[in-house]
Amino acid sequence: MTNPIGDIGGADFILAIGTNTTESHPIIGLQVKKAVRNGATLVVVDPRRTEVAGLAHYHLRLKSGTDIALLNGLANVIISEDLVNKEFVDTRTEGFEALKETVARYTPEYVEQITGISADIIREVARGYATAKNATILYTMGLTQHVCGTHNVFAVANLAMLCGHIGKPHSGVNPLRGQNNVQGACDMGALPNVLTGYQSVTLEEVRSKFAEAWGVGELPATPGLTVGEMLEAAARGEIKGMYIMGENPVLSDPDADHVIHALEKLDFLVVQDIFLTETARLADVVLPAASFAEKDGTFTNTERRVQRVRKAIEPVGEAKPDWQIICLVATAMGYPMQYGSPAEIMEEIARLTPSYGGISYQRLENGSLVWPCPAPDHPGTPILHAGKFARGLGKFHPVEYVPPAEQPDEEYPLILNTGRRHFHYHTGTMTLRTGALEEYYGREHLEINPADARALGIADGERVRVVSRRGQVEVTARVVDTVPPGVVFTSFHFPDVAINRLTNPARDPVARIPELKVCAVRVEKIA
Amino acid sequence: MAEVTLTIDGKQVTVPVGTTVLEAARQAGIFIPTLCHDPDLTPWGGCRLCVVEIEGMRNLPASCVTTATSGMVVHTASPAVVEARKTIIELLLANHPMDCLTCGKNGDCRLQDYAYMYGVRQAGFAGERHSYPIEDDNPFIVRDLNKCILCGKCVRACAEIQGKNVVDFAYRGFNTRVTPAMDSTLAGSDCVFCGNCVAVCPVGALQEKGLRSSARTWEVKKVRTTCPYCGTGCTFDLNVKDGRVVGVTSCDGEVNGRALCVKGRFGYGFIHHPDRLTRPLIKRNGIFEEATWEEAIGLVAERLGAIKKEYGSGALGVLSSARCTNEENYLMSKFARAVLGTNNIDHCARL
Amino acid sequence: MPNVTLTIDGKQVTVPAGTNVLEAARSAGIFIPTLCHDPAIPGFGACRLCVVEIPGMRNLPASCVTTVAEGMVVYTASEAVIEARRTIIDLLLANHPQDCLTCEKNGDCRLQDYAFMYGVRQTSFHGERKNYPLDDSNPYIIRDQNKCILCGKCVRTCQAVPGRSVIDFGYRGFNTRVVTAMDVPLGESECVYCARCVAVCPVGALTYKPMAGKGRTWEIEKKTVTCTFCENGCTFDLNIKNGKVIGITAKEPGPGRPLCLKGRLGLELLYVDEPLTPMLKKDGQFVPVSWAEALGLEGVLSRIKELEGKKQA
Ligand code: SF4
Ligand code: SF4
Ligand code: SF4
Ligand code: SF4
Ligand code: SF4
Ligand code: SF4
Ligand code: FES
Ligand code: FES
Repeated sequence: MTNPIGDIGGADFILAIGTNTTESHPIIGLQVKKAVRNGATLVVVDPRRTEVAGLAHYHLRLKSGTDIALLNGLANVIISEDLVNKEFVDTRTEGFEALKETVARYTPEYVEQITGISADIIREVARGYATAKNATILYTMGLTQHVCGTHNVFAVANLAMLCGHIGKPHSGVNPLRGQNNVQGACDMGALPNVLTGYQSVTLEEVRSKFAEAWGVGELPATPGLTVGEMLEAAARGEIKGMYIMGENPVLSDPDADHVIHALEKLDFLVVQDIFLTETARLADVVLPAASFAEKDGTFTNTERRVQRVRKAIEPVGEAKPDWQIICLVATAMGYPMQYGSPAEIMEEIARLTPSYGGISYQRLENGSLVWPCPAPDHPGTPILHAGKFARGLGKFHPVEYVPPAEQPDEEYPLILNTGRRHFHYHTGTMTLRTGALEEYYGREHLEINPADARALGIADGERVRVVSRRGQVEVTARVVDTVPPGVVFTSFHFPDVAINRLTNPARDPVARIPELKVCAVRVEKIA
Repeated sequence: MAEVTLTIDGKQVTVPVGTTVLEAARQAGIFIPTLCHDPDLTPWGGCRLCVVEIEGMRNLPASCVTTATSGMVVHTASPAVVEARKTIIELLLANHPMDCLTCGKNGDCRLQDYAYMYGVRQAGFAGERHSYPIEDDNPFIVRDLNKCILCGKCVRACAEIQGKNVVDFAYRGFNTRVTPAMDSTLAGSDCVFCGNCVAVCPVGALQEKGLRSSARTWEVKKVRTTCPYCGTGCTFDLNVKDGRVVGVTSCDGEVNGRALCVKGRFGYGFIHHPDRLTRPLIKRNGIFEEATWEEAIGLVAERLGAIKKEYGSGALGVLSSARCTNEENYLMSKFARAVLGTNNIDHCARL
Repeated sequence: MPNVTLTIDGKQVTVPAGTNVLEAARSAGIFIPTLCHDPAIPGFGACRLCVVEIPGMRNLPASCVTTVAEGMVVYTASEAVIEARRTIIDLLLANHPQDCLTCEKNGDCRLQDYAFMYGVRQTSFHGERKNYPLDDSNPYIIRDQNKCILCGKCVRTCQAVPGRSVIDFGYRGFNTRVVTAMDVPLGESECVYCARCVAVCPVGALTYKPMAGKGRTWEIEKKTVTCTFCENGCTFDLNIKNGKVIGITAKEPGPGRPLCLKGRLGLELLYVDEPLTPMLKKDGQFVPVSWAEALGLEGVLSRIKELEGKKQA
């Protein structure tokens, strides 16, 4: 996020794209509600009528996967109606002409054909966004193209820069991250192409700095493989061994049957987790890890805020904190790795990572710090790009709309959309074992529009089979008009509705995000 | 900003214009009891426990809704004030079950605090009592309206913090109560079980089901930490008793204040779930067998080392975790690059 | 001493012969609730809360008075046991005031602990209740017999010091209560206010008057100190609230540690931030006295003065 969460409540205009904020980020949802109570205009872009959509002044129920077209359409209106913040564009950005050229084609009428949103509404929303005093954009995985760093979600950033809604309070470009520490995992270099703080592995000076600090001769210089690529390489027999810590790709990654096949093919798999997950079952060795309550550390939330995790109890049984386990494995492999506490690890991180340079446990005792925080006396940076972009001038990156890889056809006439539920989290590993959440929301269902249900002869509460080109699951149907005709929705929280057996691993060429939000399916009644 | 100076219990206090007498007193370190007031919610002035005596004013005004003015002379603990507070507490107790014996809020209850403080041992008025059934048909919150003192904080918290309006006052007089629409239960309403109403309830009318049935308030140690679920990063206190996490309570979080969602507040049960892995496992002939740490680590090191030697670093891959700490992700990156010698490291951020 | 091995809740436990089942369970980390048991003076067996199930024995024996035997099998939390404990608590509550709201013992009361633990919210019996006047006839101990559960611990601990025996059981049936000789208030009795009884009372029937209204148990932090006024070395707790010592309370008396008023007052003088004026009984009336007199130091002090006066002269 470029701006803090607490900022959202003060916005005059909120454009929420593909985020069912009140369900998947409830506390951020409170800020949205607060802004609306204070008179802000809320625009929700989502095919489904979600809870937050119910609060919106404009609910744009676009066709799944057409967000970029819509965003380009908004930019088109802003440029053609001369609503551009000229001062901002002139002094703070570059590449405006290229953008102008690209979005010229995306007239509201053209975009209406692609998205199904009326041209008039597109105009109204564009005007509202451009003329608001402070406008903020919230989005989630529904839109994400790139994952980490600041120059990723181009279409959104283009819009914000066009209107100067960035680098000031109550505005900005704000991705809402799904998991507690996705931001931190990225920051720490748990990515194939960068080390901590997005320092590229391809840069010689970066590598030599780390090699020296880590006491090794040299570090690998070519970017590695992403999750999906690793699994593909494993399936081809090129990756032979994997070490998986705290992830459950069997349920969370697309095309589950393929994932299982790939992991089974490995010569050696070690999984480190708190439960025997669907992925851990495939392992040769399973290492019991401590939960968040059993260890010290830090998480970095979606607004880049680094916060303390504190040990409240001893690890259950013989479990150990992940950091200790990694040290044991490294040491056993001949690389002595030893730390007295996570605070010491943070000291090392701070030494090697400019954006974390001023962060220490001692400072965190007095409250959180928002990176970039380059020095021990630096207060942190809640608002990014104030006065200046990280790279100097903000660059417009024109992007074209590309239709989803898999379109509905005769055999698979419906679009399957997947997402999250308020009462659950990720693959359900934790939330299905709380003694409370699963008791209240214990079974998953498939949302289907009454029109589709009628056509298929499906009644509310009946069991159905959902089938895609890759797999199938059985689930109970819930007939509701919160999903539009032609779209069905469910979550990926429940192992017995392992919906990612159906989803499409086709990846966006740049960010390699699988197209989880859109895949073609057919729904059949179970006789 | 313009300021006013007033005198509270003989002490000169200077505060910004618009400050209430209650806030002014608190700033000066002078205690005034409150039941319906909450700094995060709109003032209501309903319970009258915060009454004070202000020279020149008739009656005793409620300090939480009285604005401080220049030259005001306030007495927060005069005999008339203390007498009024005693009467209010007696009236509340007249219609309150004497249930502290096993009440989950015993030890952290404002009504109890004030009864002790003002020496009100028993209700002075023996009147009719409510006998509402206790509502516990959901796994998160227990509602006992018999203990409700009608302070309205839950109503305001639901509306103003949670933006939901699930509960409101209904009926009149003796029968007044706080309830979801149509007198349904929380489970039958739109309630999302954020528990933000529970966090503000000054008494035991709203309680966390798990926490309050497994520990007494004085038995728990609180440890401040960050929520393990979504990327918002709410802060809360883990409540620990005998080495076990028995619940979660709000604190004043930097991101979330006292607000939490159902997962953060009620989703801690996985920590002690019997399914937790407690020993290393090694698969032999397709079956997992428990192993010592030494064996397991030795085997991992040996097999990863062998693959590296035979096929090169590129044949190894690591998945780090968006759920682990920064320190752990850092070490995993260091491990992949410095020990295994590969950049094949990623996590499920894309999902 | 020979050992015996028995099985408690499926766990093998080996203890010296002669140990009671309660101690054996505790040594194995197994919890059994007790009300009347005093490890310093065992063998009373009146409250029956400590019952356990031992196959082969009729009824449920009280573990605090049942001696272990080789091969014995004990269940400390079987359904029958839990049911029996619930009934006992229920019966105690039937005759107990609902007064935790402001009771000084709230938060450190065994009856309350067990009521919570066994989920007995309120009594299911509705009968006559005791209605004794509060006895606060002396400056040190408040006696509220309505809260007394007749565990007898106070009686036994008082009798354990030769020559004290100030209190005993009196009357019968529903009217049974712990009384002084002739049933006079404590202030008029032979009581020496050592507070041994207060230290052992599991409920709020006996509490310290100097601390009344000053703080709730959960607000108070305790720190143990040893009295040095005499060679017995009795132990006391400093009661600290918000950084201030608000009172001194006796720890449970151990063997050879009698506890006395003088010792407690001496510690009050040393540690309590705002100690109350000491009171001693003179001609049947409590009157304020100087600290020197309360601590019996008048003679010593005047002699010191005398000697120092001489030196200077
Ligand atoms: S709400 Fe408070 S006063 Fe009422 S029973 Fe519970 S602890 Fe006692
Ligand atoms: S739990 Fe949340 S939604 Fe439900 S009544 Fe309370 S405040 Fe409202
Ligand atoms: S339930 Fe609690 S917060 Fe709500 S009105 Fe009653 S006492 Fe107040
Ligand atoms: S309490 Fe809810 S909103 Fe807050 S971090 Fe946890 S899961 Fe997210
Ligand atoms: S006064 Fe206390 S110690 Fe004595 S019998 Fe009664 S409850 Fe037991
Ligand atoms: S003695 Fe115990 S149960 Fe009785 S009123 Fe006092 S605290 Fe409550
Ligand atoms: S606190 Fe002021 S009226 Fe309730
Ligand atoms: S403790 Fe054993 S009978 Fe009372």
